[in-house]
Amino acid sequence: MKTFRMGGVHPEENKISNDAAIEVVPVGKQMVVLMNQHLGAPATPVVQKGDKVKVGQLIGEAQAFMCANVHSPVSGTVLKVDTCKDAFGLAKPAVYITVEGDEWMETIDRTPDIKRECALEPKEIVAKLKEMGIVGLGGATFPAHIKYSVPEGKKAEYLIINAAECEPYLTSDYRVMMEHAEEVCIGVSILRKALGVPNAYIGIESNKPLAIKKMQETAKQFEGIIIEPLKVKYPQGAEKQLINAVTGRKVGSGKLPIDSGCVVSNLGTSFAVYEAIQKNKPLIENILTVTGKDLKTQHNCLVRIGTTYNEIISHTIGQLPESTGKVISGGTMMGKAVVNLDAPTVKGNSSVLVMMESEARRAPETNCIRCGKCASACPMGLEPYLFSLLVKNNRVEESKEHNILDCIECGCCFFSCPANKPLTDEIRLGKNRVRAMLAAKK
Amino acid sequence: MSLLNISGSPHVHSDESTKKIMWRVNAALVPALLCAIAYFGINALLVSIVSVLACVLFQWLIEKFIMKVPSTVSDGSAVVTGLLLAFNVPATVDMLWIVVIGALVAIGIGKMSFGGLGKNPFNPAIVGRIFLLISFPVQMTTWPQVGGLFPMTFDVPTGATPLGAFKEGALGEGVTFMDAFLGHIGGSMGEVSAIAILLGAAYLCWKKIITWHIPVTFIGTAFVFSAILWLVNPETYMDPLMTILTGGIMLGACFMATDMVTSPMAKSGQLIFGFGCGLLTIIIRNWGSYPEGVSFAILIMNSVTPLLNRWCKPKRFAE
Repeated sequence: MKTFRMGGVHPEENKISNDAAIEVVPVGKQMVVLMNQHLGAPATPVVQKGDKVKVGQLIGEAQAFMCANVHSPVSGTVLKVDTCKDAFGLAKPAVYITVEGDEWMETIDRTPDIKRECALEPKEIVAKLKEMGIVGLGGATFPAHIKYSVPEGKKAEYLIINAAECEPYLTSDYRVMMEHAEEVCIGVSILRKALGVPNAYIGIESNKPLAIKKMQETAKQFEGIIIEPLKVKYPQGAEKQLINAVTGRKVGSGKLPIDSGCVVSNLGTSFAVYEAIQKNKPLIENILTVTGKDLKTQHNCLVRIGTTYNEIISHTIGQLPESTGKVISGGTMMGKAVVNLDAPTVKGNSSVLVMMESEARRAPETNCIRCGKCASACPMGLEPYLFSLLVKNNRVEESKEHNILDCIECGCCFFSCPANKPLTDEIRLGKNRVRAMLAAKK
Repeated sequence: MSLLNISGSPHVHSDESTKKIMWRVNAALVPALLCAIAYFGINALLVSIVSVLACVLFQWLIEKFIMKVPSTVSDGSAVVTGLLLAFNVPATVDMLWIVVIGALVAIGIGKMSFGGLGKNPFNPAIVGRIFLLISFPVQMTTWPQVGGLFPMTFDVPTGATPLGAFKEGALGEGVTFMDAFLGHIGGSMGEVSAIAILLGAAYLCWKKIITWHIPVTFIGTAFVFSAILWLVNPETYMDPLMTILTGGIMLGACFMATDMVTSPMAKSGQLIFGFGCGLLTIIIRNWGSYPEGVSFAILIMNSVTPLLNRWCKPKRFAE
């Protein structure tokens, strides 16, 4: 079975919401749509107070290079264009919409029929990805139209679809494979066509045998889709690690996957691509896992982007249990702790993970015993203990020389540290300092 | 539900802890301790108890009254030092008080003066042992001879170790490989039985606390180097198998050189470290003034560890 070669850990998998079918969370009374739902510059609002909008209507336009369109997830009247605090407490430009009915754009095909044929040329596909505001749904929310525009002089040889879902607890990609295997394969075929590569590889961790079987059966009906079962090892789904596992290639320090002839997309993205290209449906919905050890019920749900965490919680589990200590957006290894439950969800959100108070606190930090477990666990072959020392002593130049910017922040070092040193936190701080130093030099 | 906790990722942790590691090392030392008690009787047990209690007590006192920090004795590292120190001295009645001085030096100077666990450049137990060896040369080289199993007397006959006898020119007569492997030889109490030490080392490997790199290169280098010497002149140099089975090579390679704090972190550094330990041990044994060189070899390589950490980098992902 394929895997990346270096480092890695095996956290408790906790895929307890595996069997919960995707359910629809109804739309609330008001929707706040952030203009900054992707990597890069915020989209520019193109609606004003009092404007009527329909579901799927463009409300934020991508004007910068690194940017993505934002569409209205609901129909109604624009209440105001203002800022709103996101889940992590940062104010972001946002469009507030008072919901009225559920009127969709006429162009969107809402029939349940599955449409297989795609007559678009590669350039047209990329243009449509841009129009529909598609971004990578694996967490980085990289605008898809940029990823699928292969720069001059570079050549894509592999398309890799990340369905590893190596993060503990998350099951949304698993549910999409189980319920929408055919649409996913169509989406993958479209992306394959956009890149002009012979084969697309879908990497799935072997702890999802049913999904592997389902995808293998479905992929038989398509040309050039290969299912790659992967060893259960975190971070199997990290971009460079996944490329290494599937192709054996190694993307160099500071390089992009395309430099090694690879393009990686998340499985959820390929489903969104299907809906965008074949059904004219912009990215206005998210599939999220609502899970936690102390929750009475586990859920996977389809929500309009912009639904708040509290609305999702009250629809699925009623309220947070008394034992709640932390709410995480994303998985336990790389997810972020949510500060503001009244914040709207954005593109790329994959979960509402409720952790108990007893799991929510870190053990006290003790002296480093130089065991080297952090270095053995590091999938990038770095020395986290060294960064810890360098960052504490503010030795920015040296941190850079020891490749601190190669860190993918997977959390394996902190996870495996017997002294509970917050290595990942320290490295993030060190990376920011190095970036600031490089920016100052320019 | 009160307020939500906020922290950076990751939000989960493996169940590893320093405490767990140290107590596992203690568990791994139990077979060698049992062997010591079996061969050297009540003295071995008493010396071990005194040594461990002294180490724990000194650490507690220093943390409470000098460093004024919360006590960390429950992490088990002082117990490891205590056991290893006891293993490095002969099991005699004299040692009951001498080992207390060794414990003070090991914990006080070897460890706490640098700031406690994790900050010491040298293995504390070896610091203690070498201090005792230099300060009490007679008592530290008065070796009880192994009689039957479980001798229940304090007054045991003494004699030379195989290495000592060899240094004096007697070619370790009457000692078979099997004696050396099982530990039926004279020597420091914890180092005599190769099988008990290997059992403990296997446990540590299984629990991923140590890797093969240091023990194998240490013992391997010592074996190869002494084999070359022995092939050149079997009259003057000791048989290579006997070389690695007697003295402190097994204990040193498996438990003292592998000390996480004082050995290199990268695997390549560990290979050089083990090689250096093996080489220096044989050099000191054959051309030094002491019959045994394991402690000195490890101490010297401990001092090279920061350099090895600087030179030997783990393989980067893209290399």
